[in-house]
Amino acid sequence: MPGLEDLYREIILDHYRNPRNRGELDAPPALRVEGFNPLCGDEVVVYLDVADDGSVNDIKISGQGCSISQSSASMMSSAVKGKSAEEARALIRAFKAMMSIHEQRLDGSEEEDPIQAEPDVKLGDLEALQGVVKFPVRIKCATLSWNTLAQGLDEAAADAPTA
Amino acid sequence: MSGSLDVARIKKDFPILDRVTHDHRLVYLDSANSSQKPRAVIEAMEHFTEHSYANIHRAVYEIAEEATAAYEGGREAMRRFINAPSSREVIFTKNATEAINLVAYSWARHNLGEGDAILLTEMEHHANFVPWLVLREEKGVELRFIGLTEGGQLDLTDLDRLIDGVSLVAVAGISNVLGTINPVRQLADAAHDAGALLLVDGAQYTPHMATDVQALGCDFYAWTGHKMLGPSGIGGLWAREELLDAMPAFLTGGEMIRDVRLDGWTPNELPWKFEAGTPPIVEAVGLRAAVEYLEGLGMDAVREHDVELTGYALRTLTERHGDKITIHGPSEPAARGGVISFVYENVHPHDLSQVLDQSGVCVRAGHHCAKPLMRRLGVGATARASVYVYNDEADVDALNESLDEADRLFAI
Repeated sequence: MPGLEDLYREIILDHYRNPRNRGELDAPPALRVEGFNPLCGDEVVVYLDVADDGSVNDIKISGQGCSISQSSASMMSSAVKGKSAEEARALIRAFKAMMSIHEQRLDGSEEEDPIQAEPDVKLGDLEALQGVVKFPVRIKCATLSWNTLAQGLDEAAADAPTA
Repeated sequence: MSGSLDVARIKKDFPILDRVTHDHRLVYLDSANSSQKPRAVIEAMEHFTEHSYANIHRAVYEIAEEATAAYEGGREAMRRFINAPSSREVIFTKNATEAINLVAYSWARHNLGEGDAILLTEMEHHANFVPWLVLREEKGVELRFIGLTEGGQLDLTDLDRLIDGVSLVAVAGISNVLGTINPVRQLADAAHDAGALLLVDGAQYTPHMATDVQALGCDFYAWTGHKMLGPSGIGGLWAREELLDAMPAFLTGGEMIRDVRLDGWTPNELPWKFEAGTPPIVEAVGLRAAVEYLEGLGMDAVREHDVELTGYALRTLTERHGDKITIHGPSEPAARGGVISFVYENVHPHDLSQVLDQSGVCVRAGHHCAKPLMRRLGVGATARASVYVYNDEADVDALNESLDEADRLFAI
């Protein structure tokens, strides 16, 4: 319907209807990280199987929420599965840059401390979520699972055996 | 439309209903969240600000006296509207939340401690949960909860046991999620038989029902202005005078004192004892205009309109959307206020609200500040449509049509 095609792109609805990597991992040994959006009640649980070198061997997603939060989580899981820690963190930075550059424009604080985009990172399907920035209250839906992933990677790094 | 209210005429009194949003007329179905304001309220506040604005109870010049009279006129209008015996018992706060906090911080902290208990219900708004959770943490007060029936009513089968030994019962007059109208008088009698006081969270009740705090039999009554066509920033507490007299001050500072000395202070008399600092003066003027507007419609007619329109909405939503829609709360319109919370198959409430917005239809989505109730219902969020005096069947039809749009968009 008019005005909404930027938000509800077909690929987003596809990930919402058929979420990838849906489920749980035994934790421990996997890491279990919860993310909440206290304003709307959305929640996402990210299960991470992180190798000793920090790469994401496996990832599962559970939780509940709107099409944007759930499809973003699904796309995130597909994008980072099998990636090294550095590649996953670069994806997080690139995705949040896509969201937050616009957030900063909305705040009118564009000049101050702009987040560097990641020109070398290919977001691929994730670019479908770019339309979310036109609906500012939904940005936090899109970033919920990414913030949760970042927290999980931080915890994994803190727990990792020192080489 | 066979109706108790002339909604076509009423709509003309609300300037915001003329605006266009996303190329559609505004279909405002979120009055349980906050109501829109009639021109009479807007103009009363504007006229007062342009002609008589000054601080109150402080100065002797003419406009200050006019301002004081206008502010106290708001109090008298509210006293009349809830049938309080005396305006000394009508305390202005900024909203119902602050009114409940006033009772928690003043009455409860002064009177309750370990070994005392408070009885709440599972359907309370966070405003009538969190002050008591905090009190439990600080003072060791026990909290008990009245559960719910499958039909969204309070389950009173175990009331005698639950209420035994409690000092306070605190309950919403009308649930902001389920719309359930609670049996306040019955709970008041049960509370008093048990030696307890009754607090009513009237935030959803007073805008929709003829409110008579004496007939309800309650001891504390919290209400808010912005849900009853008045401005945001003003609400209040009614309590019996002997309770208020015995309660210590809550917020302190100017206005609420009679004397301040280096060695102490003396509180002001009621109701100003509980009104620290410069109060919501312009808002009290707007509140009076809102009360007079509702009195002009007649609260019995307002209630009748709620029942008719809620009945129409329940009927058409069910007929049109069948098994796709799950409506929470009592199925009988006479048992509920103008609040309809629902979940739509395969469409998350946020997405639903976003799609409806494209058709100009405003509904709330989320947990409605009632997370314990959401858990009880087994849902993370619901969509909520709520009607008021300016809504008609065409608004409900617009809701139904935009739900079809959402269904098409998210169809699997």
